[in-house]
Amino acid sequence: MASTDIPSTDMNAAGLRSDERLERLKLFGLSSPALILVMIILVLPVGWLFYVSFIGADGNFSLENYERMVARKSYMRIFRTTFLVSIMTTGLCILIGYPLAYFLSQLPKKWANIALITVLLPFWTSLLVRTYAWLVLLQKKGLVNEWAMSLGLWDEPIKMVHNMTGNLIGMVHIMLPFLILPLYGAMTAINRDFMKAASNLGASPRRAFWTVFFPLTTPGLFAGALMVFILCLGFFVTPAVLGGGKVIMVSMKIVSNIELFVNWGAASALGVVLLVSTMVILWIASRFLNFDQMTGGGRH
Amino acid sequence: MKKLSILTVSATLLATTAMADKSVTVASWGGSYQEAQSKALFQPAAANTGIEVKEETYGGMSDVRLQVNTGQVTLDIVVSGSGSAARAAEEGLLEKLDYDVIDVSTFIPGTYDDYCLGGDVFSTVYAWNTATVGEDGPQSWADFFDTEKFPGSRAYRGKVAGALEPALMADGVAPEDVYSVLDSEEGIERAIDKIRELKPNIAVFWSSGAQQAQLMKDGEVDMTTGWNGRFDNAKADGAKVAYSFNQALADYDCFAIPKGAPNKDVAMEFLAEISKAEYQDDLPKYITYGPTNKAAYETGEIDPAVAASLPSTPENTAKQLPISLEWYSKWETIAAEMYQEMLTE
Repeated sequence: MASTDIPSTDMNAAGLRSDERLERLKLFGLSSPALILVMIILVLPVGWLFYVSFIGADGNFSLENYERMVARKSYMRIFRTTFLVSIMTTGLCILIGYPLAYFLSQLPKKWANIALITVLLPFWTSLLVRTYAWLVLLQKKGLVNEWAMSLGLWDEPIKMVHNMTGNLIGMVHIMLPFLILPLYGAMTAINRDFMKAASNLGASPRRAFWTVFFPLTTPGLFAGALMVFILCLGFFVTPAVLGGGKVIMVSMKIVSNIELFVNWGAASALGVVLLVSTMVILWIASRFLNFDQMTGGGRH
Repeated sequence: MKKLSILTVSATLLATTAMADKSVTVASWGGSYQEAQSKALFQPAAANTGIEVKEETYGGMSDVRLQVNTGQVTLDIVVSGSGSAARAAEEGLLEKLDYDVIDVSTFIPGTYDDYCLGGDVFSTVYAWNTATVGEDGPQSWADFFDTEKFPGSRAYRGKVAGALEPALMADGVAPEDVYSVLDSEEGIERAIDKIRELKPNIAVFWSSGAQQAQLMKDGEVDMTTGWNGRFDNAKADGAKVAYSFNQALADYDCFAIPKGAPNKDVAMEFLAEISKAEYQDDLPKYITYGPTNKAAYETGEIDPAVAASLPSTPENTAKQLPISLEWYSKWETIAAEMYQEMLTE
């Protein structure tokens, strides 16, 4: 990359090449502490997880932890619920987050900062507290039902919690900032003259938005959506509290398997399957979407 | 002068070694439960025997498994549910208890076994909201499962432990036959089918004792299953809740010694001490769980009004079905997987 920016002639080409090699080596040296750290805290434990998942109850190599997942229908359903919840949460976050980020990006700087603080505010409260707060608000005799019924909006309490609805409300609330922040970053980076130029060339506001503005925000949108999706896959507290015991996600099953089975393998196998299926989904997604864009590499 | 100070130092050293010989580390579940145990059992017993007690909280038998498997055992005594202790014992994680040291002659039968010594008795009961269901709530599991006689929403346990026995009793099985019916996959399926039938009326599958109390206090459901002590606490907190011991499941929490515990012999001695009636009769002052030592009811320390609400009095014991640990060690993992299929449907 760097070499293309520097005018090179035949004379110093070799010298530049060796300089480049040296620089790469230095860069590698600089990043090695991080690489070693990742090795120790990520690669080794994940490798151990793979290994343990193939150890049966009797301590020998066995496929029983995987066979169980095929034999029992509940495992398939739990994985389906996990991915469904993650996809729906990501979708809802985009529906709510995109217009909000757009609104924020159009505000004058001073107001945008204040509004951003309100977006970030939930980050300063513990996830557990926010989850229980939703329980208090949404339950049968909670604030929302009581107010709506006293205002005559509905007569019977609506079941908004201890089910999928409550779980999604809680998760979307927690995940929203993870989508809004990268999206806001991408939107504010767009030169406003682009939109003016589009109008000047005769595009209607709608056309200008879809052909100029929206494509430029996709890197931020993908980055945010990817982050939301991946974080959702590992959710535990929110579905456990707001799902009423009926929304069972993989992390909850991992905990119950640790309590139930005499070996770590029963729980490890679930972790392995979740990791592998997530990687497969991302790989498929990367074939349809430009992955460079997701990581921001496509920006000029 | 110098001689004296050396003497003092060596005397102190001797004293501390003697003290260190007599020390145990006890792990329980924290919260108001451990506070009650600490005030009624651990601290008074420590004061009387000179055994130094270090209290810790822990996450259950998976912690013990980790300690035993890695050979780094730091805990001498752990508090456990009877079922998890039975499974841990099968796995070889616990030391056998020495009943020559520990006197269980006045214990309620079935509240101790080779590896676990009962500390308190609790019951899995059905509770109802007296504001919506009325004072005359369900009086049997059949009533609890009868949505015509008792309309309203229910909460039920999200795990299999204590979930199948009520369903079978509701299905017409006599309490004494429950475990023989459950002794096959068909029997387990029969119980689960009964819960399937009730499922449309089950608003919440609870996962903790705190949740039971909260569901009743906030009026989120009209009826629930749960642990008697939690409902007493909720009631004291202003909840409109009542429960019955009729057909309830009697279970106990117990003390166990992890395999390879550093102070195994002292732990045995300490367990013998805290099992005495003179300590157990203080426990109900702090939490409404019953003593496992029957003699505790005869010391006069437990107020008759309090005694009536405890799960382990002879009158209340007679109404209940004791949990079968053999059944749990044989079937729990299979039943749990089958139960989860019903939950995820």
